[in-house]
Amino acid sequence: MTDIALNPAAPASARPARRDIGLKRRYAAERRFKLYGITAIAIGIFFLLALLFSVFSNGYTAFWQTEVRLAINLDPKIIDPDNKRASDPNVLLTANYPILARNALAEKLGVPTTDKPAMRELGKLFSEGVRGQLRELVAGNPSLIGTTQDVWVLTGADIDSAFKGQIDLGVDQERRKVSDRQVEWMNKLKSEGAMAQRFNTGLFTYGASSRPETSGLGVALIGSLYMMLIVLCLSLPIGVAASIYLEEYAKKSRLTDIIEVNINNLAAVPSIVFGLLGLAVFINFFHMPRSASLVGGLVLTLMTLPTIIIATRAALRAVPPSIRAAALGVGASKTQMVFHHVLPLAAPGILTGTIIGLAHALGETAPLLLIGMVAFVANNPVTPLDPSTALPVQIYMWANEAERAFVERTSGAIIVLLIFLAVMNITAIILRRRFERRW
Amino acid sequence: MSTLMVLVIVIAIGAAGYFIGRQRAAAKAGGNIKPHSLPHYHGWWVFLAATLPAVLFIAIWTAGTGIYLERSAIAELPTRTADTVIASQSLELGMVSGIARGLDKLSDAERASLPQTFAELRPLLASKGVALATEGQDYMIPIAVEWNRNTSRASNIGGFVAIALALAGAIFGLSGVHVRARARNNVERVILGALIAASGIAILTTIGIILSMLFQTITFFQSVSPSTFFFGTVWDPRFAAAGSGGSQGQFGLIPLLAGTLYIALVAMLFAVPVGLFAAIYMAEYASRSVRSVVKPMLEVLAGIPTIVYGFFALVTVGPFLRDLSAALSGGYAFIQAQSVLTAGIVMGVMLIPFVSSLSDDIITAVPGSLRDGSLGLGSTKSETIRRVVLPAALPGIVGALLLTASRAIGETMIVVLAAGVAANLNINPFEAMTTITVKIVNQLTGDLEFNSPQTLVAFALGLTLFFITLAMNIFALYIVRKYREQYE
Repeated sequence: MTDIALNPAAPASARPARRDIGLKRRYAAERRFKLYGITAIAIGIFFLLALLFSVFSNGYTAFWQTEVRLAINLDPKIIDPDNKRASDPNVLLTANYPILARNALAEKLGVPTTDKPAMRELGKLFSEGVRGQLRELVAGNPSLIGTTQDVWVLTGADIDSAFKGQIDLGVDQERRKVSDRQVEWMNKLKSEGAMAQRFNTGLFTYGASSRPETSGLGVALIGSLYMMLIVLCLSLPIGVAASIYLEEYAKKSRLTDIIEVNINNLAAVPSIVFGLLGLAVFINFFHMPRSASLVGGLVLTLMTLPTIIIATRAALRAVPPSIRAAALGVGASKTQMVFHHVLPLAAPGILTGTIIGLAHALGETAPLLLIGMVAFVANNPVTPLDPSTALPVQIYMWANEAERAFVERTSGAIIVLLIFLAVMNITAIILRRRFERRW
Repeated sequence: MSTLMVLVIVIAIGAAGYFIGRQRAAAKAGGNIKPHSLPHYHGWWVFLAATLPAVLFIAIWTAGTGIYLERSAIAELPTRTADTVIASQSLELGMVSGIARGLDKLSDAERASLPQTFAELRPLLASKGVALATEGQDYMIPIAVEWNRNTSRASNIGGFVAIALALAGAIFGLSGVHVRARARNNVERVILGALIAASGIAILTTIGIILSMLFQTITFFQSVSPSTFFFGTVWDPRFAAAGSGGSQGQFGLIPLLAGTLYIALVAMLFAVPVGLFAAIYMAEYASRSVRSVVKPMLEVLAGIPTIVYGFFALVTVGPFLRDLSAALSGGYAFIQAQSVLTAGIVMGVMLIPFVSSLSDDIITAVPGSLRDGSLGLGSTKSETIRRVVLPAALPGIVGALLLTASRAIGETMIVVLAAGVAANLNINPFEAMTTITVKIVNQLTGDLEFNSPQTLVAFALGLTLFFITLAMNIFALYIVRKYREQYE
């Protein structure tokens, strides 16, 4: 009908009248439908960006930590008041090191050490972690006692937040965690260049701690590394062997059918169920140690196995039958055909699937919670049997802490985890692009 | 002899057998009879004959003696009376094995002058880095000494037998090296056996899951009746102080199941339209270049660990919804930060890529001839999609949605951080509810006595979860198989 209205010049009788098929309405519906699709994609991408933005904006500051440079006089009168360090090595380990740092800071700021309330506030400027730092310094080289050393010392978590501008200094001082006097000192030190943000190596080396500034991912990184090694060493050979049997040897029978359905189902079992399995079988039945990365690795192995088997079978199926026929034709046995010809050709696909499976295992948290990896582990694990945590579990533990500085560290840990995952997935994509063969 | 050393010796014997066997086979190959197998197959066969029985024996022996030693130690423990200091036999046993482990680290001289009371022994062991609980009793020390003696005797016997087995196997293998010996077939048979064993692990895992959870669940049902578990509407597992014998608390599944299904429903209500429309757009409308950018971006969502989503919900989405509701109602935040809505939305975001990539595959698998036919008859593109493509893809999409829903039900970390822990029964999506997975985590983190109903209930919950998701997966498979249209 609109067509006719638009063409008044054409004689109405020359054309048969167009049947009204509701084109306008239908095109509007078409546009709406398309708009729904675009909106859906926009929502997905919006949430992806929001998530990444939220993590990165909260977390990038975690890679820098505020430190203050102090000229600390390692006064023998404070470290070793009774002068017994030659006979009793414990003296150096139990000395009151924070006093040294406090005195050095007081001297720098010109605060008299007799002003008790000021000294208390001053003591909160730097972290308790200074105790361990100076202890290591002095115990490692006792001849330093009596000298004055320039040391970068971590500031307290609240001062760190204030220095990074995360605490609103406009509100009344009773309602924030840093006092006006501390802010004044902070600004003074900053203008002198004695307080600055430095790269936070502690984030990667420290273990668990109740203080945000001295807690880090060291234990978690080692634990995750052990687990990934165990998963790789177990699930790759077992997964490849199982896929070879199912794909190359097994005749279609009831049993192989059951195995197939089984593997597909295992891939869809909630991960937390594997945690229950690990708790009941490995810890309760085999008496393996709790919190150990060995148990975590075994649980994650069982969890990744179906993924790797499914990927490997796809890779084996992609090798054309002509290769097999040719190998058998020149006299290879079936085993030789599989191991000398099919497997090498399927290797890139298998590797890609394995890396993706490992990436999944690295980000998995729930089963590890059940086998006791939610533990306060301060010392680096030496063997896979020692208690440790894992990267995602550490994130979970920090996420449950209330302090502002822990939110920052949690986001920082997530960034570390995401970078690992991105590297693994990109490696998998590159491998696939580089070695993929089209037959 | 430690197990590790025995293993090394056995493998060394096997390696020696490999080289000798290979050499022998090569030496015999010179004649005019054509050898059946290459020399290295003979070598491998000798290696396998030497190591395989020995390693199997070590595994069985270690497990067997472990159980035997525990039994004999239990037999020696004094009969339990009302005034026994230690609460359970397994604790007692653990203490004895702790002492035994500690005694192992002492030097010979210290062991000769072993203190007879636990009070003296404890600091001595602590100085060796073995920390023991204070409840140890004097009678445990001789049992631990006996335990250690038996352990070393058993491992010595086992070690000798294993090495003898390895030597015998190597000699057997070497004696079989002939020109016509079918070494390759033997080796290949062993390889095939290993392959079958590897694929059996998948079945073992399933059996392990079912059995381990079933046993604990049965123990749980001995103290709590199944009907109060499955139909109870109150979840209140009181943590009774040890030995107080107070009330056990109530273990009602219904509030947890309701929370689980409710959150999964909210998540699906969010994820299904978004994922489905995204898939339709990408499969039917988007140009190749748009698709190559958008598809990987959505798949990144699938690669992000769920703990990150949980943190996102906890720190960003929850507070945002709370503040939004406060702003809307003028002060009163009717949406709690931890709520069904928060968990549901964030879980929905996590599910978008599952829905979209599964549906995308299914929609693109619908043959083009159907589209061409519909378009040729004059329908618009959206009409084609709605009336032709989607009906053809429906069984596959329903299957995909069921798989996605089972993932939503089994999801843990998002709900642990975002849904709250209060087991409420309500229909207000703005309030906190809790799920089966959250309660499994809650019941099993922290130091708990293993045999209390408070921990065992986690296995009953896990078994319920396992069967719900299993049923959904099998149902999905069934639908796809039954209603799938074959276009070839």
